[in-house]
Amino acid sequence: MPKRDVPPRWDRKMQQRLARGEAAALGELYDRFASLVHGLAHRVVGDEHAADGITRDVFAHVWEHPDSYDPKQGTLRSWIAALTNRLAVQRLRTTETAALARGGPGTPEDLERKVRHASVAARADYIVQSMPAPLRAALELAYFQRRDYHQTAVDLGVTDDEARRRLRLGLQLLATAHDTEAPGAPPGIGGAA
Amino acid sequence: MTDEHRAANGPDGTPLVLEHHVLKSLLGAWALAACAPAEAEAVEEHLGDCGPCADEALRLREAVGLLHRPESLDLDPGLRTRVLDSCLERRPARIPVPEWAAGYDAETARLDALLQDFGDSEWHAPVRLRWYEADEASTRRTTVAGVIAHLLTVDGLVAVALGLDDPLGDVTPARPTPSDRTEAYWRAAHFPPTRSVRAPWREQSHALVRTVSFTGSGTGRMTVPYGDFELPLHDAMLDRAFECWVHAEDIAEAVDYPYDPPSGRHLHRMVDLAARMLPSVLEHRRLHGLAAPVERRLVAAGEPGRSLRLEIEGSGGGEWLIPLDSPAAKGSAEHEVAHVALDGAEFCRLAAGHVAPREAAAGQVGDREAIRDVLFAAASMSRM
Repeated sequence: MPKRDVPPRWDRKMQQRLARGEAAALGELYDRFASLVHGLAHRVVGDEHAADGITRDVFAHVWEHPDSYDPKQGTLRSWIAALTNRLAVQRLRTTETAALARGGPGTPEDLERKVRHASVAARADYIVQSMPAPLRAALELAYFQRRDYHQTAVDLGVTDDEARRRLRLGLQLLATAHDTEAPGAPPGIGGAA
Repeated sequence: MTDEHRAANGPDGTPLVLEHHVLKSLLGAWALAACAPAEAEAVEEHLGDCGPCADEALRLREAVGLLHRPESLDLDPGLRTRVLDSCLERRPARIPVPEWAAGYDAETARLDALLQDFGDSEWHAPVRLRWYEADEASTRRTTVAGVIAHLLTVDGLVAVALGLDDPLGDVTPARPTPSDRTEAYWRAAHFPPTRSVRAPWREQSHALVRTVSFTGSGTGRMTVPYGDFELPLHDAMLDRAFECWVHAEDIAEAVDYPYDPPSGRHLHRMVDLAARMLPSVLEHRRLHGLAAPVERRLVAAGEPGRSLRLEIEGSGGGEWLIPLDSPAAKGSAEHEVAHVALDGAEFCRLAAGHVAPREAAAGQVGDREAIRDVLFAAASMSRM
């Protein structure tokens, strides 16, 4: 996976159209990214209604501040995923803090653990969705279909060596979901490999 | 030694001996429990001696814990409108989507969401298109992908009128009508349509919404030729929204998915288009002997004439007075001779040719002939 994907023309063009205030562009943006945004948000907060609200906030942010996306830093997709993760984690922390303040169970440390766990899980989902399809297919067979690497190789029509390589590389990418960023830095979703 | 342990040995009972680079290459498979038992044993043996491999093995094992069967969460189809409305409230659009194109925007997005998770079996599921021709129910068999190809080619009429590319390319239909264009497109393909038709259909529908947003008010007089007739651009976009919903229902039925009618706001405009078209359809049918001749009380243009009150119930409903004797006459409550009441979605299914005029669930009061004429005229507006 390249360190920084070069943003395709579509990303720059979309940013210009949003900046121009074109409602049709907002619709297209939603159509392309809504299921990504909603899925990641749901993974963090685990609640349909809250995920709807985060989805609304993410698109509102992009629509109101299209210039805050810097194409030099990566794709629009990865930027939106990072923004989603940030807003979802914020919301989770707010609701959990409120629950704790009301005398709910757990300690502030439990809360931080939970928030961090949810954030890592969402990053992992994004990494799986964004990794090269051959790696994803290998993981899918080995993990979800419980095929061993030899059967995986046969299913994919590759050598045993190649199947082992794909499984290892796929997991190496996935493991970067655990990498922490410097505080304040934008969460480097997917680009941290 | 347990049985399990014995299985970890090579065929002759001795432990497998593998080189370091092989052991390292096995770490991913090992973490996923996707190695042969003997290999797993060899890897584990190695991890006791090799720090870097032990670190990586731990890291990869943890990564396996992050794998997660993606839940196929269907997005609430109503969320799109709510999200977009909330955005536009915070920052109004400088270039809005015209209200008459909003239905098309919403319906194409809804259909696209329905197609999202379709596999090959859904794309190739048989669909029977139904409409009325010469007051007879007509059908045509195709597949889900074939329906999308149909929408692509007929939406293409609007695209061509706006100066965009014709999805038919070099294919020339016998006549530039919706059905001829569709048949020509189906015929020209070497294979039956597949899921690959989704992207061009979606790209074109996005391009239409984008383009009409820019042409804006200047498009008031622009017309879209349909071969046998033409519609103002505004109405053509309503017609395409209507067709998109009707065929989305065909598809949903074919694959046994639930599918809701459009929002009241959009449904109202679709009903309004049909109600506005009814007088000239009635006139056309009269000229061809399909509707009762009028005892020609000549109605001067713009004057009130005999009328049928069309009452549409439910979300998006309303009342329309349909002048019966001439498209130029004005609908008039004083000259009301009949009253028909039916649900908005039912009326649209009638106009789509999915419900027989005689079987439409309609409350009816008054001149039976007038009612019959209007219900048949509504069904006759349907096409492939």
